[in-house]
Amino acid sequence: MTASPVILAGETLLLLPEGAVFHPAGRTLIVADLHLEKSSSRREAGLLLPPYDTGVTLERLTALATHWQPQRIIALGDSFHDREAGERLLSADRARLAVLGEMAELLWLTGNHDPVAPADLPGVWQAEHQEGPLLFRHIPAGVVPPGFAELAGHFHPKARVTLRGHTLSRPCFVMDGRRLLLPASGATTGGLDVRDPAISGLFPGPMQLWLRGRNRLFRMTLRAGDVE
Amino acid sequence: MRDPLPPVFRTWFARRGWRIHPHQLAMIEAARRGESTLLIAPTGGGKTLAGFLPSLIELSEKPVQPPKIHTIYVSPLKALSTNIADSLSRTVAEMGLPVCIETRTGDTSATQRKRQQKTPPHILLTTPESLSLLLSYPDAAGTFAGLRALIIDEVHALAGTKRGDQLALCAARLNTLAPALRRSGLSATVSCPDAIAAWVSPTGNADDIRRVVACEGAEPDVSLLLPDRNGYLPWSGRMGLGSTTAILTEIARTRLTIVFVNSRAQAELLFQELWKHNTDNLPIGLHHGSLGAEKRLRVEQAMAAGQLRAVVATSSLDLGIDWGDVEQIIQVGAPKEVTRLVQRIGRANHRMNEPSRALLAPASRFEVLECEAAKEAVAARDLDGPPPGPGTLDVLAQHIMVTACSGPFFPDALYDEVRRAAPYWALSRKDFDDVLGFVQDGGYALKAYERHHRLFRDSLGQFWVRNERIMKQFRMNIGTIVDTPMLRVRTRGGKQIGEIDEYFASTLVPGDTFLLSGELFRFIGMRDTTVQVSKGSSKEPRIPVYGGNRLSISASLASRVRAMLHNPDAWHVLPEPVRNWLDMQRRRSHLPGADNLLVETFPHRNRWYLVACCFEGRNAHQTLGMLLTKRLEQAGAGPLGFVASDYMLACWSVREPVNIDRLFDEDMLGDDLTEWTANSAMLRRTFRDVAIISGLIERNHPGREKSRRQMTISSDLLYDVLRRHDPDHVLLRATRADAAHGLTDLDRIAAMLKRIRGRIDHVRLSRVSPLSVPLMLELGREKIKGGAGEEQLLAEADALFAEADASG
Repeated sequence: MTASPVILAGETLLLLPEGAVFHPAGRTLIVADLHLEKSSSRREAGLLLPPYDTGVTLERLTALATHWQPQRIIALGDSFHDREAGERLLSADRARLAVLGEMAELLWLTGNHDPVAPADLPGVWQAEHQEGPLLFRHIPAGVVPPGFAELAGHFHPKARVTLRGHTLSRPCFVMDGRRLLLPASGATTGGLDVRDPAISGLFPGPMQLWLRGRNRLFRMTLRAGDVE
Repeated sequence: MRDPLPPVFRTWFARRGWRIHPHQLAMIEAARRGESTLLIAPTGGGKTLAGFLPSLIELSEKPVQPPKIHTIYVSPLKALSTNIADSLSRTVAEMGLPVCIETRTGDTSATQRKRQQKTPPHILLTTPESLSLLLSYPDAAGTFAGLRALIIDEVHALAGTKRGDQLALCAARLNTLAPALRRSGLSATVSCPDAIAAWVSPTGNADDIRRVVACEGAEPDVSLLLPDRNGYLPWSGRMGLGSTTAILTEIARTRLTIVFVNSRAQAELLFQELWKHNTDNLPIGLHHGSLGAEKRLRVEQAMAAGQLRAVVATSSLDLGIDWGDVEQIIQVGAPKEVTRLVQRIGRANHRMNEPSRALLAPASRFEVLECEAAKEAVAARDLDGPPPGPGTLDVLAQHIMVTACSGPFFPDALYDEVRRAAPYWALSRKDFDDVLGFVQDGGYALKAYERHHRLFRDSLGQFWVRNERIMKQFRMNIGTIVDTPMLRVRTRGGKQIGEIDEYFASTLVPGDTFLLSGELFRFIGMRDTTVQVSKGSSKEPRIPVYGGNRLSISASLASRVRAMLHNPDAWHVLPEPVRNWLDMQRRRSHLPGADNLLVETFPHRNRWYLVACCFEGRNAHQTLGMLLTKRLEQAGAGPLGFVASDYMLACWSVREPVNIDRLFDEDMLGDDLTEWTANSAMLRRTFRDVAIISGLIERNHPGREKSRRQMTISSDLLYDVLRRHDPDHVLLRATRADAAHGLTDLDRIAAMLKRIRGRIDHVRLSRVSPLSVPLMLELGREKIKGGAGEEQLLAEADALFAEADASG
């Protein structure tokens, strides 16, 4: 796995092929949109989706934490798929979360799916967070103050590109000088194309994209109004 | 001997100047003995009436008052049920019988449904989906207790499909609720009558059913229709527009013609083209599944009223009653299947003893071969089509839930009942139990969420649905047709035009024009889930592409074509342009030989193509495509995709494929394909359908129509999660079994690889060869996702970026 360094508001960040970000100066690992317990969210209505997504997502996160040894893990909101998600957590997954809580300080930002903290889980809940010039929140704000940069989630960005006549679609990071959107980290989360006005509207200039590959990221640029 | 026909019926026949057909009498006599029947008769033989006569006689002799459902009629088409209800009601009124007839389909209003519940009709005409829904209500046992007859129309079109599986299971249920029930299956002539007989039989055994075979009509009169001097026969293409003027001449010559085509897009284009040249203003209509129901109905009525001279139609007119006195059919484009062609020819069979007239208009030079082959096959009555396969497990899952919603059940009894349905006679107890486990709690290896099971078991061992909400939710999702997502098209004034494929809609840019309902429209934009258009004009309109399964050439027809191509002596039947085309292929590349395999490689549009001229039919090519791309991946060529036509196969890759002989080595079959195939788009599509039908993911949810595209994404992700953590899950098994139907068994490919060993004729070209031109335009491309090819494309783009970055 090869990380891609970028500089945002003077800070060096490593974009990871797993879809997470590592901030070496702060020893912080950042992930977005875990959507834990998404598959079990409609069981009451008789929908019995495979119960593995939470385990898969947490194992990936544990592997990242083992590798990078962060002091702190920031989850940029929508970590839990709905308000009852915490109650449905299987004991094995609660145990995985406890282990993560031992490895690093867990900072959960609230999202539109999880505006309220589930009970009895390790970590701290906050609406937003700041570390030096870096602002962390779930939904990007309209304006980022000068000298600052924002890391956000919410949109599950994906890029559809056509190369030599072959069209493919990959989850991706989207960045300009002020803002970095992270791809979703949940095992069963879908995505939104970066050309959608909801995303492209946030980037007045060119969007720099890092597409997820097998074990590296691939860099591309997309200008507003670029249509195939 | 007693006259089997009561006086009132005899008078009715006489008044209409009809004589009762022997097969109609045979059906009446069998019913009097309480026997189930399979009637095999060509179109126009009074088949539907033969099915209903026994019930009408019984109801006239022993009136049922107050009414209870006596007879259920099931057909694959809503329109057919409605139409037959009308004509049957007229018959009953003319005879003055005390019989009430009604339909029950997805279109039936809530008020009408409520009234039917209170006062049921004697004869109910319905579809497999609506019957299944009726069986899911708690009062099902009471509703169907007095049922005496089940008539299944167009059995040949249902057996072997998922709707057929659903109907077979419902029929088994009906026989449990009404043990005296007899069944009547009505079928066109098929290649496998024994399998169809077993399918209809209440025991699943072909011996337990009386077979009635009507005499075939006269031999059909089939000939080829080539373009006239105003037309042309293109190298490639499937539309047949070059034959427009020739088709018009034939339409002008007869009273009513059905012009059959192979796709909705083709119907639109040809219709447009016919009207462009229709100087005599012959009334020509259009009929296909994407038109609004009202538009279709108008065309049907105009046809029946004799106001039309021709109708351009897709398979939407394949089935059902005659809409008018059709004098000839013209098949434009490849016939694909002999059985389907024979049924289409039968549409021009309104007088049984006169030969049906049919013209085959090939759309390309290649299709001339196929039309010639089909003509031979029709003359030889060489019907194709495989017998119906084993019942699918996703449909079984749905049916178990249907049963559970109607009331508690014992698994042993349900297992026995299910196995009386022919598609499920060989169902193992393990498969049944696994499907039941899936319905109950998802059936996952990880036993989790105990509180949230769908079914629970009482102390007697009966299964119950946990609550009313689950039942309500489930009933909204009954059905086995998983549609390609379609979007409504409206003008700004709100007038509805029809529907287009969601994928096609997503490729439209405001200002684009496209053809629909034979008219040109300009795309304005999307509004919610509606495509907004205005009237437009353009020299080059786009043609809506519709997804869904395209029919592939049958194996037997493909081998007839191959034999023809390999035998230059047979070429004298081919028109000159076809011979010229084959000649050009001979000059620029090689011709495929009788006992070798021609493989061409060439660069095209920035990629490398490998084309193999196998002539084994699309299904075999699909399998070979999987094998070859896996080999290409191993060889480092970076394959990006493949496409299979009925005649050839093309794979494309980032790098040039080399060592072609080694690529086609026989040991290719020893490769473990499981993992590679499992990753393919085809398996993912199959899984999506299985997941929807089995009830793993929902199609409808009260108050919100989930975006279909989102659903595709989530079914893909679920598929990956399930494959990794529960590789033997019953739905994955169901997916693999379904997909195996689409992939030809490896025997056929093994035979081919053996035949061509050491005889690969590899030609390296600088551009596309004449023979492979049609393949470049073929739809249904399969992408290789996430392979080395994609990684390389991305790396190239990344490198280009870095270069620009460095220089900028």
